[in-house]
This record gives sequence, C-alpha cells and structure tokens, in this order.
Amino acid sequence: MSRRAAGGTVVVMIDVRELTKRYGGRTAVRTLTFTVRPGRVTGFLGPNGAGKSTTLRMILGLHAPTSGSVTVGGRPFAERSRGLRHVGALLDAGDAHGGLTARAHLAVLARGNRLPLARVDAVLEEVGLADAARRRIGGFSLGMRQRLGIAGALLGDPPVLLFDEPLNGLDPEGVRWVRGLFRRLADEGRTVFVSSHLMTEMEHTADELVVIGRGRLIAAESLAAFAGRAGGPDVLVGTSDPAALAGPLLAAGAVVVEEAGRLTVSGLPAARIGELALRHRVPLHELTTRTASLEEAFMELTAGSVEYPAGDPR
Amino acid sequence: MTGAVLPAREPRARFRDLLAAEWLRLWSLRSTFWALPAAMVAVVAFNVGTAWDHYRYWHAYGPAGRADFVAHGMALRDAFTGNAATVLVLCAAAMGAVAVTGEYAAGSIRTTFAAVPARGAVMSAKVLVVAAVQTLFGAAVAGLSFWLTQAVLAVRGAGVPLAHPGALRVVVASALLAPVCAVTGMALAAVVRRGSLSVVAAVVLLLFLPMALGERRRLTAVLAHTTPLRAWERLVAAGPAEAVPYPWSTGGAWLVYGMWPAAAAVVTALVVRRRDQ
Repeated sequence: MSRRAAGGTVVVMIDVRELTKRYGGRTAVRTLTFTVRPGRVTGFLGPNGAGKSTTLRMILGLHAPTSGSVTVGGRPFAERSRGLRHVGALLDAGDAHGGLTARAHLAVLARGNRLPLARVDAVLEEVGLADAARRRIGGFSLGMRQRLGIAGALLGDPPVLLFDEPLNGLDPEGVRWVRGLFRRLADEGRTVFVSSHLMTEMEHTADELVVIGRGRLIAAESLAAFAGRAGGPDVLVGTSDPAALAGPLLAAGAVVVEEAGRLTVSGLPAARIGELALRHRVPLHELTTRTASLEEAFMELTAGSVEYPAGDPR
Repeated sequence: MTGAVLPAREPRARFRDLLAAEWLRLWSLRSTFWALPAAMVAVVAFNVGTAWDHYRYWHAYGPAGRADFVAHGMALRDAFTGNAATVLVLCAAAMGAVAVTGEYAAGSIRTTFAAVPARGAVMSAKVLVVAAVQTLFGAAVAGLSFWLTQAVLAVRGAGVPLAHPGALRVVVASALLAPVCAVTGMALAAVVRRGSLSVVAAVVLLLFLPMALGERRRLTAVLAHTTPLRAWERLVAAGPAEAVPYPWSTGGAWLVYGMWPAAAAVVTALVVRRRDQ
C-alpha cells in the first residue's frame, strides 16, 4: 500500500493479508495479517520453523500463497519485471554461486536491472568487502556472505529491504555495523523488515515487532508494548524467617511464592516490602527487583508454538 | 517522518539487459573456461583418432578397399564420427543442464528471481546465451574436426575439401548438435532441478532412447527419427541413401533439429513460472 506521508512523498509498505501457505498437508503459514511500515526497523520474530522464511519468500513472490495476499507498495512484487529498485533482499547468505567473484555476482544482478556498474563498487565499499571484491564467493566465511547478501539488497537503493537472519555469522563489530545500517535505512524513510529467531538480537535493533509461532501471528506491535506483555516486575526477598514475613505481605495484597527459603513477591514494590519487614522485625538479607526481559516475554508467548521443542518425548 | 524514500523510478525493462547479465554470468564462471576446451579436445580427438587409424593402415586395405573408401565418401565419415557425436551430445547436454542446476544447487536462483521477478524472461535469456555459446562451440569443434581429419587423410590423397558434396552439411549438422542438446539439457534441468538427475535424464533421452529404438518396425522407426542423434545420423549419412525399411528426408531431420531446442526453450521458460522457488 502506498500512502502520502506528511511531507507529500510517497512511502512504501508491506501489506500481508490473511496469508496462508500449505505444503502438502503441512501448514507453514496460517491466515497471517500484518503491515510493515516505513521509517522503522521491524523485527520479524519466531522460533525456528515458525514460517518466517516462508513468509519472506511469499513477499518476494518466490513462493505462491495458498490463499491470501501480500503486496509491496500496493502491488504483488512478482508483477514487477525488475525487482532491485523496489525491494532489496538478503534471503540466505548462501544464495550466491560459489564460482563467481563477489563483484561478478553483483555485476550480474546490476546488469539485469539496468543499474550502473558504479553501484556495485559503491555497495561493496559500504559493506566492507571492497578488498575481497575479486575473490570467489566459495571461499567466503559466513560473515562475508552475509555482507555480500546485504550488498545485493542495497544495490538498487530500494525503499523496502528484507533481511532473513542477517546477524548469523557476523562478528561483534559486524553486528554493531548492521544495527547502525538498519537504523540509518529506517531513518531515511525506508521499510526495513528483519527476521530473527533470537529476541536478544532484536532488542537493540527493532522498533516494531511482528512475532509468529507455528505460522500464526502472536503479536504485531511496538517493542515497548511487547515488553509490557511480560507482566510487571517482581521482587526476590531473602530472609531467615520466610513464614513470619509471608503473612504481612499477603495481608498487604501481594502474591507470594516461597521457594528454597526465598520469597518471590509480586504486586508490591521493594520499598514497601522493606517497610513491612522492619515493622514485623523480620531480618532481610536480600531484596532484588527483577524486570521481566523481552526474552522472557518472547519465550512465554511462543512457548506453546515451538515447532521442535527440546526434550519433547515424541 | 524525515526524508521519505521515493518509490523507484526505473528505466524501462529491456530483455537485452537480461541477455547481457546471463552472458556476464556465464563468462564469470571459471568452469566455463575449462569445460568448453576440455569438451572440444575430447570430441576432436575421437575424430582425428579415427582419421589417423585410416591414415596409418591405409596400405593394409588393398587397392579395392582404398577405392571403396574414396568411392563411398568415407572421408566425410571421419570428419565427424558417431563416437564423437555421442561425446558431443553428452558434453553439450551436461553443460546446458549445469547452467540451470548450478543456480539451484547454490540457491542463487532465489537471488536471481528476486532481482528479476520476470522468471520466464530470465530463463529465456539463459537459453539464448547458452544456445549462442554452444553454437559457436559446436562450430569450432566441427570445423576443427573437419580440417584436421581431412588434412590427415590428404596425406593419402583421400581427404576432401569443404566444397565436396555433403561436406558442409556434415559440418553444420555436427556443429548444431551442440546447441540442440544443450538446450534440451537445460529443459530437463529446469524440470528436475538436480544436477546429477538431469544429466542422467539427458543421457537416457538423447543417447539411450535413439539406441533402443529400432528401424524395423514403423512405430519405433518414426520415433527414432524424432531424436536429435538419429537426425544427425541422417544428415551426415554420406553417399546414396542407405536401404532402410522406413527412409526419411534430410528436410525431416532438419525439422527435428529445429523442434527440439524450440520445445526445450518453451519448457525451460514456462516451468519456472508457476513453481515455488
């Protein structure tokens, strides 16, 4: 869908409507509906096998939906005769012929899309592969292949960029660079959609989240809203006399769980717990506030939808 | 929002850009640079070897045998032998197949189709580039074979010039065997999408099938005549038409030469359009 933004310029978004994909009897994606907006980095999260890559391939028209639709800028991407100026995509770091040099790989893509060869050198420079430009891709490390894939996505200077697990195989410097790149692309008004199966990767990268599990939509909201789902903070209380403190805490309206001589208290702030302990003369040796992490929120929400859970007796 | 990105204003899509891209891809692969010369050496060696044999044992044939060799235009048989044709079919079909399956094996087909969603156009460009390169390759192989074999036989006074009746047809038919089989290999590869399987399919279809189909029954004879290898045999048949139960014209053989790559090109371009990649 294209919309006129405040500045009068046209922005491009990804619109997924009731998208379903079945392979034989297996449903990979089930009535998925969400929108990816420009100007923000949107994280696409889900456990392995949740249907992220399938969805990305349907956005690119590589796989045809069983039902539903997906458009980029109001049109199915597969209708375009040339793609690089519309959507740039890193699908899999291995999606390049090992017998080609990095420069040849990009030059072939540029030539078919009528892009100047100067763009090839520009993107190679940008991703830090200028020195490896004339080396064969077959000898590249995973991190270098990721950089090459990102270079290919940037080649056409597109308004929409898709990255499937782009942080895999990158060293810490690379991860920092990629995060900066995504931020810059979003700040330029582009639509940036980045998949990952690790919440920790998205925590410092994404503004918005689309979370799926077993092909179904679990959440599509801002990172802050998602974090709120993990519930409020709780307090760990260490005391020599848990029983004496539990009564007053319950009376004050807290939820208390005792475990191994420690209390986990929710519903009361640490300060209030300290006051109650002092009033009832219960000695404390620990008082720790814990904020639920995004990781926990993610685990909690996707717990029921992990495709291949460890230790599942099947 | 600051500095919203304008959606692409792009130049008109041209098919020749895809041709240029596929040409660039083919010549950027190191394998192209050893596969073509290696295949050329193999095919030419079979032909020159046969001519060398005739040169070497020339005096062992006796006067009648030597007269027969000249009278039956055997020099043209040496210009491109059946063994050389078999090797050429195999090499060309394999090179065509690899031009397609190489992309599937590497996964780069997804990158290619994401960059150019007009998949049929991509495959058409691939077919045309491979066909053009294989035509040049076939011409070089057939031309070199003719020149070398006739040079060897000329020492015994048995070589013929290119102007000799039927000589040009032998060279052209042998040269075109390369693109005909390469494009067929591409179609098989586009259908099965696996390197080894597509080469096996090409061997069965292009080599085993014409060998298995006999000339004695009408049905098998007609089917046999629709295969490129038999068409090549018909086109290079020197001298008067052999007495076969179901004779056919060289025009029919040329038609078979035209139909195979045409059908294969259509299959290659269409089969990628509907399937998930």
